[in-house]
Amino acid sequence: MTIRKSTAMIAAITMLAVGACAKKAPDTLPPVPEGTGTDTGTDTGTGVIPGSQEDFLASVGLEGDRIFFGFDQYNVDSEDMATLQTQAQWLQRNPAVRVTLEGHADERGTRDYNIALGERRANAAKNYLASLGIDPSRISVISYGKERPAELGSTEEAYAKNRRAVTVVIGR
Amino acid sequence: MFLRPISLSLALLMTTAPVLAQTAPTPPAVTPTEPRETIEGTLSQDRTVIAIPALATSSVQTVAGLRTDSLGRQIAEVIAADLERSGLYAPVGPSGVRAITRAEVQAPRFADWQARNAENVVHGFVDAGSNGSLIVGCYLYDTALGSELVRKGFEIQPGDWRRAAHKCADAIYSRLSGEAPFFDSRVAYIAESGPKGNRIKRLAIMDSDGGNHRFITNGQALAISPRFSPDYKKIVYVSYLNNRVRVFIYDVASGSQKLVTESGNATFAPRWSPDGTQILYSMAVGGNTDIYRISANGGTPVRLTSTPGIDVGGSFSPDGRKIVFESDRSGSQQVYTMNIDGSNQQRISFGGGRAATPEWSPRGDLIAFTRMGGGEFRIGVMTPSGGSVRMLTNSWQDEAPTWSPNGRVIQFFRTTPGREGKSSLWQVDLTGVNLRRLPTPQDGSDPSWGPVLP
Repeated sequence: MTIRKSTAMIAAITMLAVGACAKKAPDTLPPVPEGTGTDTGTDTGTGVIPGSQEDFLASVGLEGDRIFFGFDQYNVDSEDMATLQTQAQWLQRNPAVRVTLEGHADERGTRDYNIALGERRANAAKNYLASLGIDPSRISVISYGKERPAELGSTEEAYAKNRRAVTVVIGR
Repeated sequence: MFLRPISLSLALLMTTAPVLAQTAPTPPAVTPTEPRETIEGTLSQDRTVIAIPALATSSVQTVAGLRTDSLGRQIAEVIAADLERSGLYAPVGPSGVRAITRAEVQAPRFADWQARNAENVVHGFVDAGSNGSLIVGCYLYDTALGSELVRKGFEIQPGDWRRAAHKCADAIYSRLSGEAPFFDSRVAYIAESGPKGNRIKRLAIMDSDGGNHRFITNGQALAISPRFSPDYKKIVYVSYLNNRVRVFIYDVASGSQKLVTESGNATFAPRWSPDGTQILYSMAVGGNTDIYRISANGGTPVRLTSTPGIDVGGSFSPDGRKIVFESDRSGSQQVYTMNIDGSNQQRISFGGGRAATPEWSPRGDLIAFTRMGGGEFRIGVMTPSGGSVRMLTNSWQDEAPTWSPNGRVIQFFRTTPGREGKSSLWQVDLTGVNLRRLPTPQDGSDPSWGPVLP
């Protein structure tokens, strides 16, 4: 899903940059138009669009897009705070970007409760980002409960990875 | 659907029964297309043997492409399968028992069936009716006493022949067990396919035995937790359409759907009131989930819970006066009851582990629930005050019980662990025996059993 959206975004920016007469996407991406309020400092010349999901992931580092929770827990601990602070810095550099916080639970819970639990987790992350000065109207929330595990095994290690709140760039 | 009970009076029988009984030809054996059910648990060793020969026909006719003699055999097969699935009876036939004549339907050769150790025998007929309909009659006899126990007749459209079979099985089951009928009922559930990390989940419906299966949604949006309305005309469920979590009411006849309530918040865990006029749902606001009640036609929702924490799910008592639901207000998921206005909230589940997904029995006497603890998810029952707890299943993950219309059988779904873990539909008798897997074309979860059809 994020790949598809990013592709659409690249296509949109490409159209904006080269105009309607373009017959073929250029091999290298055009510069981002000025005045969009987008941080360009992270554009490393690798073709990553500033303000995009790829840019976000490159900026926050491995698993920096998500925080993890204990069993049936939704508190944001110090490690989570550090992760969300890094996310908040990126969001402050890209003030036009909106994100979705996806809340998830491991498979060892009942379906409806896990949706409620995912809501709690996503909102806990949202509230912490808001406390750091990120406008909450930029953050939407959705809970997937146990419907979309990141790790497919039925081990404690997999469950720990699945009890998560993931920040996903949805556009601007 | 069209099924009209008719009285099998002597006059009707005289007009439809031929003077000279003919021997019904044996039709080719019907190849079962559904996967076989899996049977576990201990069945009673002294199950009543019931002989069920193919239903006879006055004269072989073809109605809407269906031959009356072939239907006679298929209806007998469905009756036998229903009674076998109940766990209480040992049906014999229609395979392996001799065909009966139309005249025998009302004059059984009891000695023949006693010789096969059958305590009861089912006879019946399938005849062409007027205007393209079929007349199906079924009788239950006691072979030792030579007495008639059940006599049922139905006028049906040919496409509803399975319903006639279920109605016959229901009449036989009720007469012999003293329990209310349940075979002629339907189930809504979620059909699952695809990899574990990206499951495709579709709303689907079927008869209580897996027959007449039909997919409702195409799987583009995640669908979960369906519930049939009491009249089977609508299904309330949760769809992730447009990447939001919302409760919709799907109209089975028109295929259209509408939101239960307009809200920017996630709504989920819907349930109908027993009379179909109200819907319970849960709504998460800022991470806090509470239970609401709203008219099925819309309007202003009534908030029923307000404690901090997760209050979710809910199931009406059959008299519509109370609601059983789950809450983690005590620190972990437990089951509570309240009045339908939200007053008098009381915890009823105790005794270790977490308790969730409560479902009030249609008989009102028990609440089924999921018990989590000790590394297992099990289906259990308890009284509405939380007493007499009995666990019915034993598995890695059994979840989400739903009651048969007569409160005798509980369906649920079972998930297996691991990267290739799958979910499937199962049912178990209230006594904890007769555990069976239900045949579904794909994996299945979230079953919802509706009432007996009129």
